[in-house]
Amino acid sequence: MIGRILLQLAILLLFAPLLLGVITKTKALFAGRVGPPLLQPYFDLFRLWRKGFVISRTTTWVFLAGPVVGLVVPLLAAMLIPFGGLGAPISFSGDLILFVYLFGLARFFTAAAALDTGSSFEGMGAAREVTFACLAEPTVLFALLVLARGAGSLALGDLLGPQLAAQWHGNGGASLGLILVCLFVVLLVENSRIPFDDPNTHLELTMIHEVMVLDHSGPAFGMILYGAAMKLLVLGALLVRVALPVQTGSLLLDLLVFLAGLLGLAVLIGVVESTMARLKLPRVPQVLVGTTLLSIFALVLVLR
Amino acid sequence: MSNLLLLIVILINFFTLGSARLVACIRAVAFQGALLALLPLAAHGLSGHALLLGAGALAFKGIFIPWLLLRAIREVRIRREVEPFIGFVPTLVIGALVTAGAFIFSGFLPLAPEHQDGLFVPTALATMASGFLLLITRRKAITQVLGYLMLENGIFVFAVLLSTAIPLMVEAGILLDLLVGVFVMGIVLNQISREFSTLNTERLTALKE
Repeated sequence: MIGRILLQLAILLLFAPLLLGVITKTKALFAGRVGPPLLQPYFDLFRLWRKGFVISRTTTWVFLAGPVVGLVVPLLAAMLIPFGGLGAPISFSGDLILFVYLFGLARFFTAAAALDTGSSFEGMGAAREVTFACLAEPTVLFALLVLARGAGSLALGDLLGPQLAAQWHGNGGASLGLILVCLFVVLLVENSRIPFDDPNTHLELTMIHEVMVLDHSGPAFGMILYGAAMKLLVLGALLVRVALPVQTGSLLLDLLVFLAGLLGLAVLIGVVESTMARLKLPRVPQVLVGTTLLSIFALVLVLR
Repeated sequence: MSNLLLLIVILINFFTLGSARLVACIRAVAFQGALLALLPLAAHGLSGHALLLGAGALAFKGIFIPWLLLRAIREVRIRREVEPFIGFVPTLVIGALVTAGAFIFSGFLPLAPEHQDGLFVPTALATMASGFLLLITRRKAITQVLGYLMLENGIFVFAVLLSTAIPLMVEAGILLDLLVGVFVMGIVLNQISREFSTLNTERLTALKE
């Protein structure tokens, strides 16, 4: 039990920034550049960690609570979700609600920290982020309901259990495919990736998440980056498990399949980011409503 | 196999209802027609009848009519956006409700036992309803043609279910009807755009001597 928690934490902590590196590298290759080294996110985090804080005098403790909660929440959420075929370290009935709302908590604190600076610019980013998030939430819940219907349980550990493979071959294959698409879109929204948000620019018109963390510096910014990377890994774990429900029984092999799946996902995100333009802001809610409808439709298919 | 095809058909319905680009809409409906051409083969196996039905659908719905529509867009040079009467999100929501309704409703229908559990009947109903929705919620004349086309796609799904019973003549008649409809619509489109310099059908409701 303890060993499993430690293993899961070790994967999460060590592997998460690599995904960002893979995404950046893929984008660089698409653009015909060499790009920064794969380990650049680790260097960035290390560099930020050694710097000092610069904190505005108008802010309160909330400003620092944002990064801290943003760092802790993915660690907690990772405990609820099985990494590949490993099985979730902590699992109880109804933990899927906790999983979804842990990220809600992180978002609340990030938005509160952004509002705490008193800058209208960051308030705008917070408003956009919260709008998109509350549109993405129903999609996740309906997708999880589809899985719950297949597993006959409300615990994430069971939802992503070994019955997934049988479900792919049986009647539920179509709806699993649908929710896979939906979850991928949600992953892009939640991690502020390109069709919905641009993680690289600091322009007023294009940025949503980035504008919220503009005032954070040094270790606090490092925590935000690290938290974001781990969030990508945790949400990606959900997706990879649904897409690759292989369970060989051997710990090492399961883990390798899982990590390979995550790397593949990172490459896929990189490809999407290099081939798509950012969506117009009014189009984003339309896409999110569309994915919600798709996941509802997937639920209708499995309920029939 | 046929379930997968039908699923993609439903997804295309959603895409067409939510898409703002006219050309993308036409391509989507053309793709839907082409997919439907595979349906008789997937449902009834390789036979002369199924092959003919599929080839006819591919030629007319997948290639010829979309080509006519794309040509019409080029000729009358309409702006590329679809203009809906009600927004895209409400249309999508109604489309989803209608699709869910089709699934529920088809459960109540007195169908033959072998059709009871398949996706055929719900897909046919959902596609027809989506086509109808497209027909009534869009302002441009050309999107109304698209809705008409989608309606026919839904009827085709039904026809595939019964294709061993329905003679080829009936399907050929429907296709011919559709073709004539699109032709006439093309001519009407030209006339409308010449008279009003827009393809907005809203203007047509106010008739003058």
